[in-house]
Amino acid sequence: MKWTRRDLLIGLGGLPILGAVWWAGAANTVGSRRKRSEILEQLNITPSLPPAVPGIGGEPVRVGIIGFGIRGEQLCRALGFATENWKEQMRLAAQEDPNNHALEDFMGQEKLNVKLVGICDVFDVRAQNFIDSFSTPENPIKRYITYKDMIGSGDVDAVVIATPDHWHAPISIEALNHNVHVYVEKPMTHTVGETYLLRDAAKNSKAVLAVGHQHRQTLSFSTARDIVEKGTLGHVSLIQTNTNRNDDNGAWNYDIHEKASPETIDWEQFLGSAPKVPFNKNHFFRWRKWWAYGSGLSGDLLTHDYDRLNCVLNMGIPSSVSASGGIYTHNDGRNVPDVIQVNMEFPDYSTGSSQAKGKEKGMTFCYSATLGNGFNRPTILMGHDATMELGNKLTIWPDGASTRYAEMIEAGKMNPGVPIYQYNPAANVPDAISSATSQYFADKGLMWTYIDGVRVDSTFLHMREWLSVIKNGGKVSCGINEGFEEAISAHMAGLSWKLGRKIEWDPNTEMLKPIEGIDFDEVLLANGTWDMKPEMVG
Amino acid sequence: MDLNQNKLKVSVTLLRILIGWHFLFEGVVKLYNPEWTSFGYLATAQGPFKWFFTALVGDATIGWVDTLNIVALMVVGITFILGIFERVGAFVGMGLLALYFFAHPPFPGLTQLNVEGSYWFVNKNLIELVACLVIYQLPTGQYFGLEHLRKNKLTKMQEQ
Repeated sequence: MKWTRRDLLIGLGGLPILGAVWWAGAANTVGSRRKRSEILEQLNITPSLPPAVPGIGGEPVRVGIIGFGIRGEQLCRALGFATENWKEQMRLAAQEDPNNHALEDFMGQEKLNVKLVGICDVFDVRAQNFIDSFSTPENPIKRYITYKDMIGSGDVDAVVIATPDHWHAPISIEALNHNVHVYVEKPMTHTVGETYLLRDAAKNSKAVLAVGHQHRQTLSFSTARDIVEKGTLGHVSLIQTNTNRNDDNGAWNYDIHEKASPETIDWEQFLGSAPKVPFNKNHFFRWRKWWAYGSGLSGDLLTHDYDRLNCVLNMGIPSSVSASGGIYTHNDGRNVPDVIQVNMEFPDYSTGSSQAKGKEKGMTFCYSATLGNGFNRPTILMGHDATMELGNKLTIWPDGASTRYAEMIEAGKMNPGVPIYQYNPAANVPDAISSATSQYFADKGLMWTYIDGVRVDSTFLHMREWLSVIKNGGKVSCGINEGFEEAISAHMAGLSWKLGRKIEWDPNTEMLKPIEGIDFDEVLLANGTWDMKPEMVG
Repeated sequence: MDLNQNKLKVSVTLLRILIGWHFLFEGVVKLYNPEWTSFGYLATAQGPFKWFFTALVGDATIGWVDTLNIVALMVVGITFILGIFERVGAFVGMGLLALYFFAHPPFPGLTQLNVEGSYWFVNKNLIELVACLVIYQLPTGQYFGLEHLRKNKLTKMQEQ
């Protein structure tokens, strides 16, 4: 048997093609992987691992809930307690949309060593709902008429405060004075004065105070901190962060309960320090729209964005704040602005520089918000060497004029249009989030974080950390110092909007620089913008 | 007639090699990239067989699915380019393409993910599938490929 030359040509002609295609595929893949690993090696970023906290051992922590509204219910779910009504709603939602995993996620959530023992809510329907949902013969739940009764009862180790803003500090201070642990929602306080009082109370108390900025648990944010610390972005001169919402829920026009009446709501107690106005359902359910109880965009949403960045950059209180805006999208009787721009100045702050010493210093934090448009403007950190988009995902683009990456850009190893780093702990996890407001929070990484690709409620992680510190000691990631910075910065923004002028901070005295004839807290509590009295102007 | 036969053989051989080229390259690129996974493609599956594809993405199965996909791609690529056992290759290729087609079918009303053109029921996966059918019906390995040597060997042995 002999093959002719022709036979071999016909028979083996495919071999060189096979070799060429194989070689091309392998070289391509290996080459681009090498290029990528060269960039990654240069960046040397360590993606954050899930936080490990010591277990919450011993007797269960006895928790009292103060405020069982929308947020109060969410916080209870994070503690492992969901109402039947919510479970039923989520069951239906999952039937409609198989990607809705809210109930499944809740059921799979790790059980915390806590016992709900008391409820304090000025609305009878909510208090009853709490008792009906969570009270059992073995563990009866008590309703307390006032927060003082609950805190003084000796039956609660810790309280969760999810009230309107004007109640945050008084209740927190009362609890801390009784050495009862506190988890308080943001903003930590409603006035400048309260912020100092609460700080003193926290410092003198044996109890642990945690402020509800749950995003401090988000993995992408701790990774972002590593990225910034390693000088990946170079000197960051501008941060842009935004609120973009365009729905009723997002504009705080929450549902008004049909059973709400002066008989079912303890109106006097709701008002507390607020001006005495007659019973008003609108004020009760939509309190975020009035300065008397809430703090508008600057206290409600800017605080999230500020603290998100403060946890990445640790930039502290701005040296000055200017804000402007108005009520442009929801002229419905509210007196907090629904469009606001806040510029915070940090003239001495730097994230490090790749250029000549002294050339770069200082940063502006720009918060831009509207409740009349839902277009997703991402949070971006703009550095001389790179730009970072920050949310549940992280993306970094090199800057075309970067000093640090000049060689790699020159060599074609980096391209300003192509991200050099992407961190997505949720990669490939299909996801469904029901409402526009939830989507808003999810996009910002305020709702969910991912551990090994599994979606975990960041509020759950935040509360778990608080409970662990109660039992084992240690430090919470958002305690009194972080809360102090958040509250003062938010109040500066609110004051600036109300007064229409720049508000300055003196880091030496740790006080706002006084403005003649102005009592800051009087301005903050006043409804709407502050009318300059003629004698002050003249 | 004979001349037409020849033209047909050349055309089908060319088709066979190009399809093989395409499959082999896809397989090799995945083989050399340990981070590649079909997870995203399967997890975002659409249409009537969504349940089947999303069932494949479990921790226990996804590794097997990825490996089998690479092996199958390369089997089609190698058999088509070398021109041997091409009917086996064509069969495997049709199976693979049918899976790709039904995971993201271009049916009206379904979201089209990661597609670069406009399709209505027929897309490139389906066309390549039918092209594999042509290869199956008209083997050309003997005309250009290893099959020629195998066949030749047999006939030469018979002659002896």
